[in-house]
Amino acid sequence: MNRVNLNIDSIQVSVAQGTTLLNAAKELKIKIPTLCHHEDLCVAGNCRVCVVEQVGSDRLLPACATPVSEGMEIRTNSLKVRNARKTVIDLLVSEHRADCTRCFKNGNCELQQLSSEYLIGEDSYIDLVSLKEYTIDYFSPSIIKDDSKCIRCQRCVRTCDELQAIGALTVAYKGEDMKISSFFEKPMYEVICTNCGQCVNRCPTGALVEHNYIDEVWAAISNPNKHVVVQTAPAVRIALGEALGMPPGNIVTGKMVGALRRMGFNSVLDTDFTADLTIIEEGNELLQRLKSVLVDKNPDVHLPMTTSCSPGWVKYIEHMYPDYLPNLSTAKSPQQMFGALAKTYYAKKMNIEPEDMVSVSVMPCTAKKYEANRPEMHSSGYKDVDLVLTTRELAKMIQQAGIGFESLENEEFDSFMGVSSGAGVIFGATGGVMEAALRTAYEVVTGREVPFKGLNITPVRGMDEVKEATIKIEDALPEWDFLNGVELKTCIAHGLANAKIVMDKVKNGEASYHFIEIMACPGGCLGGGGQPIPTNAAIRQQRSDAIYREDTGKPIRKSHENPEIIKLYKEFLKKPLGHKSHELLHTSYTERNRY
Amino acid sequence: MTETVNLVKSLADKYGRYHESLLPILQGVVQEEKYLSEEAMVEVARELDISAARVFGTASFYSFLNTKPMGEYVIRVCKTITCMMHGKNIIIQELEKNLKIRVGETSHDGKFTLLETNCLGQCHKGPAMLINDTPYTDLTLEKIRDIIQSLKKGDLVGSISNPLN
Ligand code: SF4
Ligand code: SF4
Ligand code: SF4
Ligand code: FES
Ligand code: FES
Repeated sequence: MNRVNLNIDSIQVSVAQGTTLLNAAKELKIKIPTLCHHEDLCVAGNCRVCVVEQVGSDRLLPACATPVSEGMEIRTNSLKVRNARKTVIDLLVSEHRADCTRCFKNGNCELQQLSSEYLIGEDSYIDLVSLKEYTIDYFSPSIIKDDSKCIRCQRCVRTCDELQAIGALTVAYKGEDMKISSFFEKPMYEVICTNCGQCVNRCPTGALVEHNYIDEVWAAISNPNKHVVVQTAPAVRIALGEALGMPPGNIVTGKMVGALRRMGFNSVLDTDFTADLTIIEEGNELLQRLKSVLVDKNPDVHLPMTTSCSPGWVKYIEHMYPDYLPNLSTAKSPQQMFGALAKTYYAKKMNIEPEDMVSVSVMPCTAKKYEANRPEMHSSGYKDVDLVLTTRELAKMIQQAGIGFESLENEEFDSFMGVSSGAGVIFGATGGVMEAALRTAYEVVTGREVPFKGLNITPVRGMDEVKEATIKIEDALPEWDFLNGVELKTCIAHGLANAKIVMDKVKNGEASYHFIEIMACPGGCLGGGGQPIPTNAAIRQQRSDAIYREDTGKPIRKSHENPEIIKLYKEFLKKPLGHKSHELLHTSYTERNRY
Repeated sequence: MTETVNLVKSLADKYGRYHESLLPILQGVVQEEKYLSEEAMVEVARELDISAARVFGTASFYSFLNTKPMGEYVIRVCKTITCMMHGKNIIIQELEKNLKIRVGETSHDGKFTLLETNCLGQCHKGPAMLINDTPYTDLTLEKIRDIIQSLKKGDLVGSISNPLN
């Protein structure tokens, strides 16, 4: 590759052609401030806070949008540059309702950080906030959109377009009226927004934040008449440390359990347990569908079957591919399976009245907040999951509680509904559900373990946008002999833009998959919208490595070998896809509008 | 299928289903239906396989792509600097008084819509306004009263004495 030589702040550097000034400076450990730039997204170049000076040229250049050229002499810290940046920030702040002390992003806000670095003083520009009629949309259970905090950097618009191919947000109107808007400025919960929270994770300010339930959870914990159970999703334990000052890629399961107990939760349980359960139900559903289609030729049963554990994906398909709702597995997500069992099975065994129970979940996800509020999620006779926190909210609560997280001893989840297999853990990574399902389904059908070394089904792992894998079934047990010789075709996509590619293929008859795994967020739940900020490709990879390490370290690797799952079926559910399962663990879907 | 669905379909057949087909299709809908309804925008989004919000965002950018139902006569008063300096606010006041509506509103009988718009290219003859496709310049309060009177009586826009000529 061609190299380009240039000089940045009097340091000579040679970088690959096409590198931006921003990244060239980064190689020299020179930090240029940015606001509209995000590594996951295309260049926008609209905020101008990254300007640098080219010696001999009057105009300042946006470093994020300017590729290097031979012989350039760049100044990143001249007086002119500093003044220009300060003016940019100052102007942004003049239209910004900067009530930092009351803002959810206080302490983790890029605009606040820059204002502090550049010492934005008082009264440099007229404060326009009182002259504008800003809208604050509090109505969604997942996301709060506060236009008075928006600096119109359009990271959210690009996120929703490029990573998710949804386009729920757009730039509307022009000039001073320009704003980030949904279709006809409708509230977020009425439009196609899947609540994935990817935009929330990338918004540099407090304009897009999760709807937080921190106070509600504290209130429940301090109510002596309530038994508060908490479940934690697979992807929380490998990212929570980041929000508490640890480097990415740490597995903090034991400390997290310890912290939750100290905070006062009465039962500290694991969503991984119901991830295992999801595999049993969904795996059996797949086998039953294969039988109905291949043997009984039942026209009402549809293939490919797609996973249903990502509520962002579920809402997406309800809006965009309603004809394919019959293809969606009816199995609920692990969160909702957990909720339904907590207020039935668990409550009964623990002798707690379900109305005295508050069921809390900690998720890497903002869409789970919406999911818990879907009207159909009342299988226990109560709201199955009462309150949903993101990884970030839990970190905040741990800080509020004054817990020295890093020095906590490792503790174990309570039993029962606290034991999980490695298969449950990998749910948090793209390809994980597929791998977990194959580990179980293959064994059900053939009586043998999947033919991969160490149970590691590597073809379904990794960050490729769309992955395909085929497993040939041979020597099936008598009950499943119709599958002999069948090549089970699977496909895995993460990020809804990739889901769209796969669904369009299915729709146009260009693909003949049996089973498709889709996760709404890039990288799967480990890159969820509720995960610590920042999230980017390098961090997703570190979290993913941690998840597979946790899997390998588990004594039990297959969902159907989880002893608590075996017990649950024996004592309560009786059999997969049985009557009780249908009542508590399966759900239905609704067609929704296309905006 | 509704009329709007058919209209959008035929416009998409005519202009293609590319990103650059968006504007001509939107213009085509406005020509037929006077404004872009939610239904029309969703259909355009479906035909072009883009997001409905994006269609809305584009439409909201252009003053002439109405996103609300419009009256029979759409009055657009220039709000840009030259006309502003030539008393556009007083013109608007007079219009509001005569039409009994405010900027952005449509009269109850569905006859008039009053809007502001950006420079009409008549700066040398400001204040200026546009009624449907006809420009009116060098506006005075008397002129405003005359024009509105004759429109109320049902005279055609084109037939009112036009100060441009
Ligand atoms: S968005 Fe940032 S700068 Fe604005 S009020 Fe919140 S913390 Fe302060
Ligand atoms: S909502 Fe956030 S990400 Fe979107 S434009 Fe505003 S500040 Fe940027
Ligand atoms: S939450 Fe997801 S779907 Fe909704 S606007 Fe943000 S990125 Fe788009
Ligand atoms: S970060 Fe470069 S223009 Fe915004
Ligand atoms: S400023 Fe009014 S027409 Fe140009």
